[in-house]
Amino acid sequence: MMQPDKPLMTIDPSKRAQPLQDTPQRRAILKKLRSKPSVKGAVIALVLLLAVVLLAPFLSPQNPYDLGALDLMDGRLKPMSEAASGMTYWLGTDDQGRDMLSAILHGLRISLMVGLSAVVLATIIGSLVGLVAAYFGGWVDTVLMRIVDFILGFPTILVALVLLAILGRGVDKVVIAIVMVQWAHYARIMRGRALQERKKEYIEAAKNLGFPGWRIMTRHLLPNCMGPVMVFATIQIANAIVLEATLSFLGVGVPITEPSLGLLIANGFQYLMSGDYWISMFPGLALLALILSINLIGDRLREALDPRK
Amino acid sequence: MTIPLLEVQDLQTVFHTEEGAWPAVSDIDIRLEAGEILGLVGESGSGKSVTGFSIFGMIDAPGEVTQGRVLFKGQDLRELSAESMRKLRGDRIAMIFQDPLMTLNPVLRIEEQMLEAIDAHQKLPKAQALQRCVEALAMVGIPAPEKRLRSYPHEFSGGMRQRVAIAIAMLNRPDLIICDEPTTALDVTIQGQILYRMQQICQAQGTALIWITHDLGVIAELADRVAVMYGGRIVETGTVAEVLDAPRHPYTQGLLNSLPAQATPGERLTQINGMAPSLSGRVPGCAFAPRCGRATPRCVDEQPPVTTIPGRAFRCFVPLEAPAA
Amino acid sequence: MTAMTTPVIELRDVHKRFVSAPDLLQKIVGAVARQPAQTRTVHAVNGVNLQIAKGEVLGLVGESGCGKSTLGRVVAGLHPATEGQLLYKGQDVSGLGGQDKLAYTLGVQMVFQDPQASLNPRQKLHQILGEALHVHKLAPAAEVPGRVDAALAEVGLASEYRARLPHQISGGQRQRIGIARALMVTPEFLVCDEPVAALDVSIQAQVINLFMDLRAQRGLTYLFISHDLGVVRHISDKVAIMYLGKIVEMAPTAEIFGQAQHPYTQALLAEVPDVGRRKRVFTPIKGEIPSPLNPPPGCTFHPRCPHAMERCKQEVPRLRETSAGHVTACHLLD
Repeated sequence: MMQPDKPLMTIDPSKRAQPLQDTPQRRAILKKLRSKPSVKGAVIALVLLLAVVLLAPFLSPQNPYDLGALDLMDGRLKPMSEAASGMTYWLGTDDQGRDMLSAILHGLRISLMVGLSAVVLATIIGSLVGLVAAYFGGWVDTVLMRIVDFILGFPTILVALVLLAILGRGVDKVVIAIVMVQWAHYARIMRGRALQERKKEYIEAAKNLGFPGWRIMTRHLLPNCMGPVMVFATIQIANAIVLEATLSFLGVGVPITEPSLGLLIANGFQYLMSGDYWISMFPGLALLALILSINLIGDRLREALDPRK
Repeated sequence: MTIPLLEVQDLQTVFHTEEGAWPAVSDIDIRLEAGEILGLVGESGSGKSVTGFSIFGMIDAPGEVTQGRVLFKGQDLRELSAESMRKLRGDRIAMIFQDPLMTLNPVLRIEEQMLEAIDAHQKLPKAQALQRCVEALAMVGIPAPEKRLRSYPHEFSGGMRQRVAIAIAMLNRPDLIICDEPTTALDVTIQGQILYRMQQICQAQGTALIWITHDLGVIAELADRVAVMYGGRIVETGTVAEVLDAPRHPYTQGLLNSLPAQATPGERLTQINGMAPSLSGRVPGCAFAPRCGRATPRCVDEQPPVTTIPGRAFRCFVPLEAPAA
Repeated sequence: MTAMTTPVIELRDVHKRFVSAPDLLQKIVGAVARQPAQTRTVHAVNGVNLQIAKGEVLGLVGESGCGKSTLGRVVAGLHPATEGQLLYKGQDVSGLGGQDKLAYTLGVQMVFQDPQASLNPRQKLHQILGEALHVHKLAPAAEVPGRVDAALAEVGLASEYRARLPHQISGGQRQRIGIARALMVTPEFLVCDEPVAALDVSIQAQVINLFMDLRAQRGLTYLFISHDLGVVRHISDKVAIMYLGKIVEMAPTAEIFGQAQHPYTQALLAEVPDVGRRKRVFTPIKGEIPSPLNPPPGCTFHPRCPHAMERCKQEVPRLRETSAGHVTACHLLD
């Protein structure tokens, strides 16, 4: 048995050399080093967002989906108006008498749910397809990738419109429509990465040790290919949200009784010219804020996941 | 007495982290005469590449050259403005890297890159500049140089690309070329061709070389003098014959002994146990002490000073015996 | 002296070709441009015959594009041979199934060149080492940690390393883990593909010593692939020189280094940097290493050979026994 890999002399860690603390340019260089945005801020923002959204039912002064709670007489009230019940309509009401703040909070919730679930599902399906195509190669790869190419040939909105016409309205149907087109992107990305990774020697070593194909795919290949897929997914959350908003704006997304931000914006469109700006503007601003935050968080997370360890 | 072409005095380069500035190389003293070939030998983490980059002025944040003078023909490069330094680079001092694609732009033809290298330093009429390019390519042994000027880097093999990189470095007849492991990634027969060309060029034009490598064999065959680096310091320096035939520093001795060529086939090689320390894992004293068979507690705590005999220097409290005079 | 025992590995006229046939789009473009798209064939291994006896170390030397890595992978079973036979302990590998196939797969293990790429970056060391034992049920689950610790000790690593990830250990240590992983399935034959090329000189010595110790302790047989003649000379019993897919010379180590007969071997030996030589006047071999896509006709070495004759351009030389145990493929020796 070989001697353990110990240096000839064991050095007490406290006896190590200390770094310098003062050099001509240290301050300038540290400033540059530190200006790299930290992940912590992004994660805190994310947690806050999620908290607000999950707690929407408890935070909002009114349940905007309960038709019984709405009073048509309270329709189109300006922001900061008082209701007969004594509640303040902080952001005004829409034409149905719905409190805009509550509607926006619930709308944000729907947007985020749609965005996250669409992305999670598309990631799972797309990654699986891409992985299988890359690992087996040959005709499996050809067939799967031609399907992917075919699907990518269609504009997402068009396909979503057709699917929703068939499936009907509803949040879950919107998610399905988005996933049906989006998974193809993930498949391509996963396949590209897996093709590179598959050539690496640890995969050859796994084959050399006689491991079955599915094990190599899931235990060895998959964990090392998730990087670019995750990066893409963070970008796609915002896209999915915008897509849902667009579909709802066009009137084919969520039902009128459970408005999402897109539908709220659509509802308020007709009143913009008559000066009741708040019915469209506030949901619009909320959507903008949501997309911005997700993109910023996504940027930070991408930098954190960057493989240059 | 003429001043040496290059004289590096007490050079120190650090890398900044939150904990502090870790010295990558310290107390570097180098002296190079015109036309001389110096081998800078060390393993990974020894700081040999950092030394080369520091001399060339290419250390960027989070690195910083904190101390020392780099006297090129008597002028301290560290005192020069960025613009003056830029004028020197590619003209009087050039650098070649391990990966020729660090020098060559993959989307430009060789011709454009070579003309650009000339144009940055002097205004020559195009015909004359092209002639010089053709001569440079011929000098490094590229067949049909007039035709190959129009090629892109990817149309050359690895060895040829490195030769093109050398040709570009030679274009303005520099006084000094710093070569950072240029043949490490190349096959042995191709390495031989490149070493042959370098030798020819240096003899013909009197160019001095600093050849950075981990391969003692190449240094033995090519260089006049050698400096051995470990843990960010030069631990031994002298002529090639002196250092390789009669090393004084235990690390040099250990390195030479661990070469398979020096051992009897079939027998265990003499190995140096352990591994080189990281930047943050060094001891205050001699960086080699934890692995050295001759180390004393003093070696760990105190940095050994340089012992200098004319032309020869080493840092060690317990050096090996000097050869019998 | 005839060997009465079956060689562990035997290759009979093994070829390995990589074909890239044009796909539909390339065929269409070719038809339109009236320049038919070519099927490109790389003849990576071009008719190799080898026998490696138990306990022997065969050093395989060559430069880029010679096919030595491909040959190593064919022997390890990672690439099936296009033509020819590969025999493991006397049995043709392509005819094996079930338990015999597994015995061959595990019996011939490979140690790879790049220590970083050869370990799964997401697996801890004890998972890397223990996985094969779990998958093939080579040891009861309770015993696996003990086997892992023993494997770590055998390659000179303390058992604290078991919880580390590959990027937390050095290149030399990663290479040792690669060796330990191969040994976990108790192979008889190791294909070592440039195992020390990516390591520092002082670490190379440690790993070479490890190879030698393991060979003595476990009775292993090696195919040791390297471009470093110094290392090969130290560890090998026999050496084979490869050029563009063919073996051009093979002999016991001392003979190759003392009495090389093939001009390529001689050039290779002359070019190897030697610490003993000083201020050498370089007289290198001319020409580039040809691409395996486009090998020269006749003897593939003739464009670079200082002794090339007319015959060399037309006729491929065959591997002939020129002295005891020494074979060379060169027209000069006829």
